[in-house]
Amino acid sequence: MQRRQFTRLLGATAAAATLPALIPPVQAADPLKIGFIYVGPVGDFGWSYEHDLARQEAAKHFGDRIKTTYVENVPEGPDSEKVLNDLANQGNKLIFATSFGFMNYTLASARKHPDTFYEHATGYKRAANVSTYNIRFYEGRFVQGVIAGKLSKSGVAGYVGSIPVPEVVQGMNAFMLGMLSVNPKARLKFIMINSWYDPPKEGDAAKALMDQGCDIITQHTDSPAPLQAAAARGIKAFGQSTDMTRFAPTTQLTASEDIWGPYYIKRIQDVLDGNWKSTDTWGGFATGMLKLSPFANMPDDVKALAESTQADIKAGKNKVFVGPITDQSGAVKVPAGVVMDDGALNAMQWLVQGIEGKLG
Amino acid sequence: MTEVLVAFLVSTIVASTPLLLAATGELVVERVGVLNLGVEGMMLAGAIAAFAVAHLTATSTLGILAAIAAGVLLALIFAVVALTLQANQTATGLALTIFGRGFSALLGAGFVGIPASPLPKLRLPVLSDLPVLGPVLFSHDVLVYLALLLLCLVAWCIRRTHLGLIMRAVGDSHDAAHALGYKVLAIRYAAVAFGGALAGLAGAYMSLSYTPMWAQDMTAGRGWVALALVTFAAWRPFWLLIGAWFFGALMYLSLYVQALGLSIPSPFLSAVPYIGTVVVLVLISRDRRRIRLHRPAMLGRPFQSRT
Repeated sequence: MQRRQFTRLLGATAAAATLPALIPPVQAADPLKIGFIYVGPVGDFGWSYEHDLARQEAAKHFGDRIKTTYVENVPEGPDSEKVLNDLANQGNKLIFATSFGFMNYTLASARKHPDTFYEHATGYKRAANVSTYNIRFYEGRFVQGVIAGKLSKSGVAGYVGSIPVPEVVQGMNAFMLGMLSVNPKARLKFIMINSWYDPPKEGDAAKALMDQGCDIITQHTDSPAPLQAAAARGIKAFGQSTDMTRFAPTTQLTASEDIWGPYYIKRIQDVLDGNWKSTDTWGGFATGMLKLSPFANMPDDVKALAESTQADIKAGKNKVFVGPITDQSGAVKVPAGVVMDDGALNAMQWLVQGIEGKLG
Repeated sequence: MTEVLVAFLVSTIVASTPLLLAATGELVVERVGVLNLGVEGMMLAGAIAAFAVAHLTATSTLGILAAIAAGVLLALIFAVVALTLQANQTATGLALTIFGRGFSALLGAGFVGIPASPLPKLRLPVLSDLPVLGPVLFSHDVLVYLALLLLCLVAWCIRRTHLGLIMRAVGDSHDAAHALGYKVLAIRYAAVAFGGALAGLAGAYMSLSYTPMWAQDMTAGRGWVALALVTFAAWRPFWLLIGAWFFGALMYLSLYVQALGLSIPSPFLSAVPYIGTVVVLVLISRDRRRIRLHRPAMLGRPFQSRT
């Protein structure tokens, strides 16, 4: 190649390089990149599975206007910050961190990438570019508790717990309050398996609870194993995060279903419109973020009671955490008539009277 | 009280079975001087193969056979890379686990959320109806008995047979075994394949019996526990059995104690099976000389024929 030709080529390249700066970019050409991180595998048929269904729903809704990426099995530790940073560096402008334990790492990553928007599920720390969103799972737990209180012959239910973070504590307390509302002598035993996902251990925990006389099982872990373990012994149980009827058609009473799709679509739309703001969303039955699978395997009167309880919560007539509420020591935690506020709910680290065992 | 005891013993046997299967296989592999860290990956491959085939053909026996095939297939990949091509065994084994996790997840994507009917439990006429002994000993599925049978066979083979002598020779000094005319590589291939088959069976037990479903990463680290058991049992089959039972028992007890409502922190209880098993196995094999005696001297070392 001669020198003149080379200079010409150089000039042409330079012109080509400056050209895009002059012409405004066509919007359709570069889709909005969106990242998701999951604590478990998308195949857990529970928590992460529901988040991924919602991601797919959003991808379908927006078509080629967005491009989604997900990373599964992200441990709730310093590694999660690395994954979040990677996603931001790859040009994802909106990132959903979908587990409580990602909280501090999401904030740390957000500080390093001020132009990226972050959405953290189930946490309580926000920043200019970090929003939080959550579902009022406890509303569903209360209804479950009412059903359990009605159906349990021994008056003792079992709760397969994961890690005693406020969300899980709220769940146990709401379940207990639901049971107490129909059976003042009811009790609740629980086991924390210290993991969100470990099918054999989840199942074993359910067995250990049944071995101690629990005749209704509910779970706060991510696989259908506890439900299966209950089904194997002919004991009724609740599904978790998603409708698990298929795993135990004659066992599942109902399941709390997490409905994340509409929220994801709304937040993505906000980014596309340039309207994204840091917010705190905590929706329940009323906003459609929480659903209960069809009530099954229970007598009609219990079903009717469950339905009316759910309707009351949805209408705001029943706020679930309404005093008087006494804790395990017998001390009144919430005076009569007082409704606990969201701040107190999110810091909940005590157990309602009737629950056996201590938080680890 | 009897009911609790029965529940405890049954849970112990169930929880120890996948560990026992995988660890028995790995014991054979390590006894011939090969370290295959891919147990977790082979278990997952076995779990999805068993579930998928059992679901598609509605025959659990075919599922079990598929699990064996999947385990052997992955083990052979390991053998080609680590034994023939002599790549580092530790790295190859780790890679196999990563591969097994990812590949099983890929194959399993279409099988998530499908229930399966568990393996049938054996019902023996009189024996299964005995109080306590019936439910504890005589009403498990076929894989539980197979696990115990295989362990006894392996123990007998290693200790009492000519084949066992050859295996030990290959594991302790492959050059000497080679000089005596034994086909070191062929024996190691066979042992690795056997280990894969048993890891596959362990996976089948997970997805067809323990929790009859497919869920990604459903073994949740049990392959690693099996590997650790082999080392802490100092490569002796019956101590492996004690280790597996002990682990299974502590696993159940740690959950049971929590439900009793004693104020012991749950993270500590979760750690108890691991700590407890290590302590017990270290105590029973505290004799250094014994360990040196049983540890295959060629463990993890590649064999190169110089002829």
